[in-house]
Formats: sequence, structure tokens, C-alpha cells
Amino acid sequence: MSSIQTTHSTQSLIQLEQLCKSYSLQDVHGQTITTQVLYHINLTIHQGEFVAIMGHSGSGKSTLMNILGCLDTPTSGSYWLSGKNVAALSSNELAQIRNRNIGFVFQGFNLLKRMTALDNVATPLLYAGISRSKSRKQALEFLRHTGLEDFAMHQPNQLSGGQQQRVAISRALINHPSLILADEPTGNLDSQTSNDIMQLFEKLNRDQGITIVLVTHEDDIAAYAKRLIHLKDGHVTIDKNNTEVTALHETF
Amino acid sequence: MNLSAIFGEALRALRQNRLRTGLTMLGMIIGVAAVVLMLSIGQGARTKINETIAAMGSNLLLVVPGATSSGGFSFGSGSVRTLTINDANAIAELSSIRSTAPVTSGTVQLNYAAKNWSTLITGTTPEYFDVGNWAMESGTAFTESEVRSAARVVVLGSITAKSLFGDEEPVGKTVRITNRPFLVVGVLMAKGQSLTGRDQDDNVFVPISTSERQITGNQFPGSIRYMLVQGASAEEMDLAEIEITQLLRQRHRIPNGKDNDFTVRNLTAIADVATDAAKVMSIVLGAIASVSLLVGGIGIMNIMLVSVTERTREIGIRMAIGANQRAILTQFLLEAMMICIMGGLIGLLIGIGGAWLVSQVADMLIVITLGMIGLAFLFSSAVGIFFGFYPAQKAASLKPVDALRYE
Ligand SMILES: Nc1ncnc2c1ncn2[C@@H]1O[C@H](COP(=O)(O)OP(=O)(O)OP(=O)(O)O)[C@@H](O)[C@H]1O
Ligand SMILES: [Mg+2]
Repeated sequence: MSSIQTTHSTQSLIQLEQLCKSYSLQDVHGQTITTQVLYHINLTIHQGEFVAIMGHSGSGKSTLMNILGCLDTPTSGSYWLSGKNVAALSSNELAQIRNRNIGFVFQGFNLLKRMTALDNVATPLLYAGISRSKSRKQALEFLRHTGLEDFAMHQPNQLSGGQQQRVAISRALINHPSLILADEPTGNLDSQTSNDIMQLFEKLNRDQGITIVLVTHEDDIAAYAKRLIHLKDGHVTIDKNNTEVTALHETF
Repeated sequence: MNLSAIFGEALRALRQNRLRTGLTMLGMIIGVAAVVLMLSIGQGARTKINETIAAMGSNLLLVVPGATSSGGFSFGSGSVRTLTINDANAIAELSSIRSTAPVTSGTVQLNYAAKNWSTLITGTTPEYFDVGNWAMESGTAFTESEVRSAARVVVLGSITAKSLFGDEEPVGKTVRITNRPFLVVGVLMAKGQSLTGRDQDDNVFVPISTSERQITGNQFPGSIRYMLVQGASAEEMDLAEIEITQLLRQRHRIPNGKDNDFTVRNLTAIADVATDAAKVMSIVLGAIASVSLLVGGIGIMNIMLVSVTERTREIGIRMAIGANQRAILTQFLLEAMMICIMGGLIGLLIGIGGAWLVSQVADMLIVITLGMIGLAFLFSSAVGIFFGFYPAQKAASLKPVDALRYE
């Protein structure tokens, strides 16, 4: 276990330096008020890590995840992804990074409506320039891995929450990303299904060395991760190895 | 994402919203159908007028007895008999004139076998058929010598021939005109209506001498109803008009300061007016139809804007899984264009069908050209690009995080 971690952790995948995020809104009097959500975050995540971010509602977890996923931009500070300064990248390059290097898993699944599970999983491949027939073939392969082969032609509204999340995970994995960002992936699922999903993540991290950053409110979900980060009002308050979990797994 | 994949995504999005797609398309269908219909009606009218003008003969002047009533267009009242066959012969000698054809006319009763037919009779010279651009269906025109000898020969208009003879060949047969036997020497090719809407094919033609002496009679011998004059060339038409006027004033001994006792009309000029009128009509029709196309285009923009707002989350998801701005822009633009082009094609078919229906019901000439089809196609894609671009641009410029958070 520990040997795998060292081989995958040598290179820093994510590096945040003095990262701040604030929003400007108009109050009822038409005056601009600025609320700061993230305060001077310094954070380094290495390739192959499995990180859980926890914190109260409104502490800035999703905001941080969106910045990590290149969906949002910080107000100040810098974000280095695989050694590249994200602020210097064009919107096309960011789209390509989201397509090739990052896989998203959301609490609300965020599958494309009225599109089969198969096509949902295949779409990132289409955006990568791969032909439709090839994409579908590959997508079916991924659905088979997550045990959803029989549901390939189902649309999201014909699937259970757990099935939908597994489709979303297949979609996140299809382009072989080095980073999976999961914002409360089990938030809408029961505990049994949540554990299934988490085991899937754990396996991906262990067998393929995929870096996983996930946000959760639940301790038993966070227990799957190897590193715990606590956010409080936009500050990192705790950042520690999840020794308890490592110990737990070593007993198996 | 390559274009065919984006095309597939766009097609899927359109299929997902069949009703809305259909309704939006309807605006385009109506617009294009209206444009095609109006253009084909306009083109039909122009073609019809051009055919009529071509059938009329070129470089034509009409000389009628009597002064011009102010601004009016008088074909000469029957009582004024100031023009004669000799005038026509004299005019024919002018250098700017190619030939002339004097004309007398009246109404007569024709008989063949048991059939009766009442029609117009034109007394004229062989030049008439040449000047008036008449072609022979069968037989020949009467000759100069038949005019000199006032022979009882007749050339039948196509409708007259059909009415009297049916499928029988008239040439060589004898018809009776006011109870005198006439030998049919020729039958004219059909010409249709004149510019003024008169049917030109129900008519019979005899030598002017025969008509004067044996049929209509003439209280002023040698006088004619009007003459057709063909100028030597299009450039010399003004000169021809001046020369005719001078010659006739001289021959009629009209002192300076007195009005002409005849009127010269340039038929080509009248034809030009008719052509211009038809052109204006087709432009106006096209413009009216274009407005409906414009309205259809605005409808598409409207729907596409609604669609972008409604699908904001979808756009966010697509961006999160790797769609770049160009892919989003292309998809929405393609959606708009596909609505337009499909609507355009359906509209084209409906327009052609409508034109056919109009031609059947209203007995109008309808002309559909390849150019029109191309124009309709081009126009509808242009509308798609023009009105689809702004909503597509709006979709593509959304920030991923805002699009994803949109409820
Ligand atoms: N677009 C926005 N405009 C203004 N304020 C925003 C915006 N997005 C988030 N915020 C604010 O930023 C703060 C952090 O929000 P965020 O979504 O990151 O919280 P969170 O930690 O993910 O909470 P939860 O656990 O409930 O998901 C909140 O106070 C929220 O009001
Ligand atoms: Mg959140």
C-alpha cells in the first residue's frame, strides 16, 4: 500500500499558492458587497493521492473544487496543475484539460438528460475528437466494468441514483484522467450504495493510481481517503494523513 | 469534436424537442414557401409578357387615323378615315422603315359544312404576317398577286380553324365568308393573348383588296383602319417616327401649326412599360414574402435564445466534460441552421406545390427556376446563420461554473 503511494506521489499534481476567491454581489441598496469565500489557501496534492475535503456548509468546499476543476477562476493567488499555471491557459486549453485530465463526479450526477447512459459516457470521447462508433464501443466497455452493461440504453430518468452515479463515474473515467474531482458524490445515495461507490473510487486510486479529491460531510465516507483536509470559513484548518483508515485497511 | 459528431448532437437536440422544432420550422416553411410562390408568380408574369412581346414582333410602330386625345391612347375612331393604302406604301419606301402592313377590319360570319362561326376579319397584305411575327401552322400566307387580283383566299387563326374544322386539315378546303366561297391557303400558329388581353387567334385574314371590295365594303375606298410599321432597326425607331410624321403631314397637306390627323405609337415602348410593370410586381411580391422569412428568422432567434437559457445546465455539463467554446457555438449554430434548412426545403416543396396549384386554379403561367430554388436554400441558411449566431455565441460564452450552477 505505502509503496504504491510513494510511486504515485512523487510529482505534485496540484499546487495552490495564496489562493483567494471572493464574490461581488449587489446588496438591496444597490451597493457592491464583496464576500470572500477562500482565504490564502496553500495546498499541494501529489499524483496518486486520495484526499477528502470536509467542512461545514458554506465553508467553500465546492468553490475550491470548481477552481481545482478549471471551471472557475481564483480572484488572486495561483494554481499550478501538473506544473502549468492555470491562469495562463486559454479557454480552449482549459476545455482540453477538463476533457483529458480531469473527471468530474457531482452530487446531482449531472448526466445529460434524454440521452442514453451509453451516449453520456461516450460524449467526452466525442469532444476528444474520437468517432461516434469508436466512442460508443469504448463507452460500453467502461459500462461493463462498472456493471451497467444492461443499462446502456437507459436514459438517466430510467436509472436509480446509484446507477446514475456509476454512469457519471464511467463518464469521468473514459478519457483516462489523472484526477477525479467528486463533490459529494454520495450525497444523494443510501449508505449501501455509497459504500459501493467509495469502494469503486478506492479501487481506482489503488489499482490505477488515479488522484481522487472528494468532498463529503460524512466521516465514514471520508474514512476511505488517505488524507483529510478540513475547511472552515475559507481557511484550511486541518490537513492530516488519515492513519486510522490506512490502519483499517492493513488489517484486511 | 469533429463536425459530424456536433451535427449528430445538434440533430439529437432537435429531435428531443420535436414540437418546438416543428413550430419554429413552421415560420421558416411559411417564409420560404411564400418567397418561392411569389417569385414564381412574378417570374411567370414576366415570362408571359416577354413571350407576348416576342410574339408581337420587334421594332413595331402603329399608325392610326385621328389625332391623339390628350394623354390617351386612341386606336382611331371608325369615322375618321384619313389613312390610306397609299400612305402605307409611301411609308414603306422610307429608309428607316423595313415594311408596312395596312389593315382594315370587321366582323363576319363563316360557314364550313354545317358549322357557323362569327369572328373578326382582317384585310391586309402579306407583309402583315412577317411584321406581326406570325408563323404558319400549315399552308402559306396569301401573295402579293392575290392582293392585286383581290382573290378569294383566306388565312385562318388557330382558334377559328379549330372551331370550324376540328381535327380536319383546313388548307385546300373552301369556307364561306358572308356566303362567298373562300379557299383556305394557310392556318396560323397560336399566339395567345395580346398585351391588352385580347385573344389573337380567333381571327381570319384576307387580302385587303378582297376585304374592301367583297366583304366589308368601304365608303372611303383605299382608307384603312390602321397600319403596322416595322422599323429597320431598334436604334432608328425615333427617326422612323419623325420620318413617318413628316411624310404623312406632307401627304395630307397639313399646314404648320395644325395638329396631325394621325397618331404614331411605338409598340416597343408600350412593351417596355409592361415589362417594367411586371418586374416591379415581382419585386414587390418578393419583398412582401421576404418579410415573412424575416419574421420566421426572428422566431428562430427567439426560440434559440429560450433554448440556450433552458439548456444552460446542459451547456455547463458539456463544458465540464470537455466541450470548448467552438464546439458549443457550432452545435447551437447548427441547430438553428438545420431548422432553417429543413424548413427551407419543406417550404420549397410547399411553394412549388402551391405554385402548381395556382397555375391550375387561376390558369396563370408559373415559372420555377433553379435559381429560385438555390436562392430559397441560400436565403434560409443565411437566415439560420444570421439569427442563430447570437444565441449560439451567448451559449458559448457562458462561464462553465455559472452554467453548471444554473437552476
Ligand atoms: N456565484 C456565487 N456568488 C456569490 N456567492 C457565492 C457564489 N457561489 C458560492 N457563493 C458563496 O460562497 C460560499 C461557499 O459556497 P460553497 O458552495 O463553496 O460552499 P460548500 O462548502 O460547498 O457548502 P455545501 O457543503 O453546502 O455544499 C457560500 O457562502 C456561498 O454563499
Ligand atoms: Mg458544496
